[in-house]
Amino acid sequence: MISPDSATELANLYRTMVRIRAFENAAEIASQGGVSAYGQDAAGTARVRGPLHLSTGQEAVATGVCAHLRATDYLTSTHRGHGHTLAKGADLGRMMAELFGKATGFNGGKGGSMHIADFSVGMLGANGVVAAGLPIAVGAAHAQKLQQDHARASGQAVDDAITVCFFGDGAINRGPFLEALNWARVYGLPVLFVCEDNRWSATTASGPMTAGPGASARAISLDITATQVDGNDVVEVFDAAAALVAQVRAGSGPRLLHALTYRVKGHVSVDPAAYRDPHELAAALQTDPIARLRNRLQTLGHDPSQLDALDDEATAEVQAALDAAFAAPWPEAGAAFTDIQTTGAGTWF
Amino acid sequence: MVLNSQTQAPASAPETLSYAQAAVRAVQHEMLADPRVVVLGEDVGRGGIFGQYAGLQQQFGAARVVDTPISEAAIMGAGVGMALAGMRPIVEMRVVDFALCGMDEIVNQAAKNRFMFGGQGRVPLVARMPGGIWDASAAQHSQSLEAWFAHLPGLVVVCPSTPQDNYSLLRAALQSGDPVVYIEHKTLWGGQGTVDEALQIPLGQAAVRRRGAALTMVSWSRQALLCEQACDALAAEGIDVELIDLRSIWPWDREQVLTSCARTGKLLVVHEAVQAGGFGAEISATVAEATGCRIRRLGAPRIPVGYAPVLEAQSRIGLEAITAAVRAMLA
Repeated sequence: MISPDSATELANLYRTMVRIRAFENAAEIASQGGVSAYGQDAAGTARVRGPLHLSTGQEAVATGVCAHLRATDYLTSTHRGHGHTLAKGADLGRMMAELFGKATGFNGGKGGSMHIADFSVGMLGANGVVAAGLPIAVGAAHAQKLQQDHARASGQAVDDAITVCFFGDGAINRGPFLEALNWARVYGLPVLFVCEDNRWSATTASGPMTAGPGASARAISLDITATQVDGNDVVEVFDAAAALVAQVRAGSGPRLLHALTYRVKGHVSVDPAAYRDPHELAAALQTDPIARLRNRLQTLGHDPSQLDALDDEATAEVQAALDAAFAAPWPEAGAAFTDIQTTGAGTWF
Repeated sequence: MVLNSQTQAPASAPETLSYAQAAVRAVQHEMLADPRVVVLGEDVGRGGIFGQYAGLQQQFGAARVVDTPISEAAIMGAGVGMALAGMRPIVEMRVVDFALCGMDEIVNQAAKNRFMFGGQGRVPLVARMPGGIWDASAAQHSQSLEAWFAHLPGLVVVCPSTPQDNYSLLRAALQSGDPVVYIEHKTLWGGQGTVDEALQIPLGQAAVRRRGAALTMVSWSRQALLCEQACDALAAEGIDVELIDLRSIWPWDREQVLTSCARTGKLLVVHEAVQAGGFGAEISATVAEATGCRIRRLGAPRIPVGYAPVLEAQSRIGLEAITAAVRAMLA
């Protein structure tokens, strides 16, 4: 557990959060003029052409949870997955290149923002389908349990890798949420479900669309211990995740973390979210997780110039990523015909 | 996971097995050879609803032959996650009609994963989903949907008709490293045949069941067995039809089909699936483009399969219909 005055640890969290924020801000600017989900004309000159779902203002959830993970732990994410991916340790430059659709991106330009992934750090992919990551996560955790049990039975060293599954408040109204939670509990799998509750399901408020008190209550009804936290307080997220991750690693079965945050931007980057009450947004901005952490650090006597330096570092890193992504080559056309299937490869028509 | 110390499948002389026994044997041998192979599905512990997993949980334990809740999306989705995490799952959908409850997981996840993530991972998964008309089981238990899956880049689609093919193709599917939609027929389980465990059949290779020069007939799954009977009846009349059992729907054996059609100049495709938009249309168009030969299709009318015998029969392509179509083409 973190102690509130552990300034070094807090500064590390701050660094991750400002890197995510800088990435999202830069990607947002680069997407202006790009494709929206609402039928605008094809992306003219935008560098990030496709739909871009920003996690601006939700940085504390990804940061506080992933601080407890290793590269050998698996992670599944959502369409709003840049923060999770960065916090899991993926290279920022290759992420930006993927958003640009360039050959140097993690997916070689085949996926873009909605399919950002870095398998080398256990990040098994963002997903364009709401709730689709949940069954995949329990499958990965099921494999981990089988492999761990096999190692134990064979007298080999047993790792305690786990899987973390991020999903949104909209996902709890899809069937795979129930199926995956039930599955995880039935088989006692090492998986931490994290409901990143940003209050919005695309352009509809989630509350009126959701019966009952939400993710935690649904988990508890399946005998899965759940903890609810202020998702804009990174220390609270970090502490709660520390306890839950430790329990999951210890073999206690699945856990759920319900983190309440707020989607500061529209559903996609070119959505002005004119459908919501401006007072709601204004109130949410008062709880900005980065500003709160900065205040806490300053209260603890942390030198503001050091925090400014972290801000500047993040800005410079993102600028370098933008420049590199811009300069990088497009994929070869032939790449459209690779990585599909081995059986019958070449029979594309 | 409980692992058997035996790592090699025992070599044995060809023997007579049922279609279900051949499938059990294939899974058993792959599980012995590869500790990454696991089974996920409803009722698999008691052998599966058709006996196609008989004895496997008793041999390999409940951790590797996993009884699951009725959660098709989770069965298929967990299969994808397991595959990404280094396992080689068989996911049992019970019947193809129920695989539709896991459609996002197979279409948007299993089939897309490798490409979408730029080749970072692969999904070695075999999704078994018995298809075809199940006698007196009506519209939700009687569909033939192989064309749906053949339409999806990333998937392999297999429809075996004999015990030998079921043995060899199921092993090939498990070894392929690709997501495979494996469609056994709901009513072929008891069918007997000789199985040579040493015989390897590559995915994508058709089998010529009858040699002939009058016409090329292409079929698969149970319908191919009925086509054999039709060919024998026609042979008695002096009409020698070349019958090709496609076995794999994607990739399909164009070379054998095109070569045969070029020789006979006539193609009849026969399948149990609805004719409109069926895979026979793809074969017909390909053959037409390549050879210009005369073509006819025989598939079910575009009606749901009915319950009463007389209604169900309207969806079946019977012996008479096949022989009549051949005679008409040769007239």
